[in-house]
Order: sequence, then C-alpha cells, then structure tokens
Amino acid sequence: MKRLSGLFLLAAAIVLLPILFPDNYFVTVVGVTAGLNAILAVSLNLLMGYAGQISLGHAAFFGLGAYSSAILTARYDWNPWPALLLGLAFTGVIAYVVARPILRLKGHYLAMATLGLGIIVHIFIVQLGWLTGGPDGLGGIPTLSLFGWAVDSDQRWYIVIGTLLVVVVWLALNIIDSRSGRALRALHGSEVAAEMMGINTAATKTGVFVLAALIAAVAGSVFAHQQAFVSPDSFSFFFSIELVTMVVLGGMASTYGAVLGALILTFLPELLVVFEDYEVMIFGGILMGMMIFLPQGLFVGLGDLLRKLRRQATPTPRKPAPQEPASHKPTPQKPAPQKEEKRHGVA
Amino acid sequence: MPSEALLQVEGLTSHYGPIQALHGISLEVHPGELVAMVGANGAGKTTLLHTISNVHKASGGRVVFDGREITRSAPHKIVRSGICHIPEGRQVFAPLSVEDNLLLGGFTQRQDKAWMAEEMARIYALFPILQEKRRQAAGTLSGGQQQMLAMGRALLGRPKLLLLDEPSMGLAPLLVAEIFRVVRELNEQGVTILLVEQNAKAALGIADRGYVLETGRVVLTADADTLLADEAVQKAYLGH
Repeated sequence: MKRLSGLFLLAAAIVLLPILFPDNYFVTVVGVTAGLNAILAVSLNLLMGYAGQISLGHAAFFGLGAYSSAILTARYDWNPWPALLLGLAFTGVIAYVVARPILRLKGHYLAMATLGLGIIVHIFIVQLGWLTGGPDGLGGIPTLSLFGWAVDSDQRWYIVIGTLLVVVVWLALNIIDSRSGRALRALHGSEVAAEMMGINTAATKTGVFVLAALIAAVAGSVFAHQQAFVSPDSFSFFFSIELVTMVVLGGMASTYGAVLGALILTFLPELLVVFEDYEVMIFGGILMGMMIFLPQGLFVGLGDLLRKLRRQATPTPRKPAPQEPASHKPTPQKPAPQKEEKRHGVA
Repeated sequence: MPSEALLQVEGLTSHYGPIQALHGISLEVHPGELVAMVGANGAGKTTLLHTISNVHKASGGRVVFDGREITRSAPHKIVRSGICHIPEGRQVFAPLSVEDNLLLGGFTQRQDKAWMAEEMARIYALFPILQEKRRQAAGTLSGGQQQMLAMGRALLGRPKLLLLDEPSMGLAPLLVAEIFRVVRELNEQGVTILLVEQNAKAALGIADRGYVLETGRVVLTADADTLLADEAVQKAYLGH
C-alpha cells in the first residue's frame, strides 16, 4: 500500500509538472534526461543497493542498447521496434555471459572487473568506426513512433520517458518485495547465510545483473532515438561513476532514493553551468561527503534528519512531568530512573 | 541400524589451505534422534557442519543424506534436499524485518502457501516475541531473540535434519536453558537434530547420543547419559 502511494505521487508529479510549467526548459528538456538517468539509477540500484553487487560499468549496457538501436536503424534502416528487441537480446546475452565469472568476485575485485567491462565496451565503440562511427558518433537515428504517434517533440518524449520511468519504478518495487527480492537482499548481507536458506546465490546474482543490464539497454535505445545521435562520450567510465553517485546520493537500497539522486545530479550541473569543467570533481566530492556524513543516502538520511528536527522542535512531548504524585511501583516505560536507583544501590 | 541412518558421514576430511581441520570424521544420525557433537573451541565442530552443508568443501570422505550422496552437491541443493543449517552466531539478515527473515527460511517452500501460513503461525506461537517484533529489523533483536528467529527461520525450510551450531553462544544462562528446552521440544515433535555445542553439559543433557570431537577427530561416542557419566568427559568438558 505504502509503496504504491509513493508510485502514485511520482506519477502525479510527472503529470503535473509540465501542466504547471508549460514549455519550461527544465521540465521538458532536462526532465527527459533526468528521467533516463532515473531509470538507469533505479536499475543500478537493484544490483548495487539491494543485491550489494557494485558495478562501475553500468554505462556499458546503456551504451550497448543505444548503439544497437542506432546502428540497426540508422545504418541498416531497421524499424526501431525490432531493433530495440534485438538490442535487448544482444545486451542480455553479453550480460549473461559476463555475469557468471564477474559475479564470483566480491568487493574491490568486482568493482575492478566491472570497471574493466565498461572500459572495454567504450573502446569497442570508439574503435569500430566502420560500424559505430567511432569517436565522431553516429547520427541520423529516426525517431520512435507508437502506433502512428510519432515521438517527435520534447513534450512527447517527456510523456514516453515519464511513463517508462513509472513502469520501471513499479517493476523495481515489485521485485524487491517478491520472493526473489528477498533473496537479493539476503545475499547482500551474507552469501553463505543465503545459501543456507536454499538460495542459489550465483543464479540470483546473474539474474539481477542481467535484469539491470536489460533496463539500462532499454534506456539506451530510447536515448538514441530521442537524441537522434549517439557518441561514445555518453557511455564513458565517467557516466558509470555518475550513475553510482546517483545511487549513493539518493540512498542505496531505496528505489525512490535512486530517482531522487538521479534528479539532483541531472539538475545540479544545469544550475551550475559555470562549473562545467569541474563536474566530475564535484561528483567525486559529493560521493566522499555522502559516505562520510550521510552513508544511508539523502532519501533515508533526510527522513531521519526531519524526524530528529521535528522531535527537537516540540521538546519532549512524551509525557508531561506531573504523572501520579505517589507511584510506588516504577513503571516499565521508565527504565532510566530504575537503572539509576540500581546504581545508587550498588554504590 | 546402520543402513537406515538419515545422515551418514564417512571418513570426512577438510582443509583450510594446507591445514587439515577434519581428520576423517565418521558419524551417523538416525531419524528422530537428537545427536550432540561436543568439543572444545577449535575442535572442528563448526567446520564439520559447514562441510556437511558444503559451504566449505570436503577434501575427502562422503556425506550421505537420506540415501543419496551429497558430498559435492551445491549448498542450495542440499538445503532443498532437507538439511537446514542454523549457523554459528545466528546469521540473521540484520536489515531485513523479522517476517522477511522467516519468509526467507521458507524460500524452498514456495509451492505450499497454505503450509507456510500455518507454519508461520506455529512459529509465532512457539516464539511469541517474534510475532510482536515481526516488522522490526532483525538486527535490533537481542541475541536470544535472534537465536529464536534463526531457529524459526530454519523450521520454515521444513527440515528433515536440523544442523544447529552452538545455539548457546553469547547467551545468558537463563536464555540458554530456554533455547535448549525449545531444541528438545522440536526434537520431540519429530525433527531430527545434529547439535554442535561447546556447552557439553547442556547439550548432552538433552541429547540421545553424543560424539566427542578433539582436534578434528571423533575420540568418543556413546549414549548421552554414558558420556555425561564418563570420567574423561567430565574432566575435560564438564569441569568436575
């Protein structure tokens, strides 16, 4: 119930914003990018936040999805829909093949391996110029069209990506609350203990890795059609780091936190255009600061902070001092005085 | 008697790198039995259970469960075949709620929703505190409550055999008695149990039979009462 009300709020915000601020650059243009980033962050959060498997190469799957669609539609004149499906199949197969060996690793080793994966995919994209257009990128990607409704304006992209975001969030929430979701959260804590519950941890990890890759590939494909142009820069190592920062900023193991983190890190650079060259540095700084001061992330951390402030604002409304003037029995709700009495007794 | 053992371990050996932890352990657990494996710190008790569950690989020997060899089966398959392992130090999933922990215990029982609901109710009846705290994160429970949770969680896996590793660890004496009472009760309800304990007195007090483990070898085995009365055991483990 509670989780669905959150989803409803998200959907309402997505619907209301363009009505309240029509033709606003931040809503329809930046909003589209923010939506895609949120989809990516939610997918990475399934892997990183819930299952505890860090990935520094998530942009690779975003890139594979984007370039599959770009190449098939722009170079080979495929219809976008079968191109999307083939791109998904391709990304899924790669993720599956890579997952088994990579997910045997833990901690830093897993981080290194996924980092390597991201870099390899990036190098392939840059080097296979005859296919991908190399560093110059690949243009002329046709737009999507849904049953004759061409997605050819910012507003329409906003609708498509907003809808996709709601679907992905809904999917993530359902997975987390399901039997497989519990398995994911269990292996996050202790793989041995999870095995002892009868969970096939290798298969579970592979499953979530492939799922996260597929969601990223869908986002990539949509991104390619929306931009009509792709270049390797969008799928670099730095973007992977940015995605990790979004998840950590919003709060690991919180789907709405991932959305929040993505929104903040998409809008922040827009607002701080002057600092463009220092973007990566600022992201690094945010990441460090978060780890030190708010390791639970903004979503959970701010919630706790609000609760604390509210408690301070209304000073101890628990129980007004004048209770029963002569209560001989110490009530169990007041353990502190009891302890003190004991201490006195000993001393 | 030998052919119908539920669990049969033959000449099991196990290593940590070059160091041998188990030197050919053989033991049997028969259906309905409560068998205690006692021994000092470092005798290899936990390693033995880990090797039976195959979360630690055996280097030699055989484990036969319910007539099938499981020495090299994947851990999750061993659980599915009916061995539930309650690890040392409880190992509850701390950030997850008590209820989620219990549901995870029933991970292998998804086809049987009605049974699960019934069993959950039974476990809440057995450990009322768990029902009271079912929405709380398991990490916030006390040690004794976590042990109850770990046991309830294992029962939801519908075990044919329960491997219990040091349930008394870090608990107050009163709680230890309570936990052992529950272990006895579970056994009386028909769960076969292999209990590994440092607290030899309490373990042998409720067990049918016992094994004494010393530096990776079984040095003694007999009825629990005989072991409790044995002079050497009394001297080494019971502090008499």
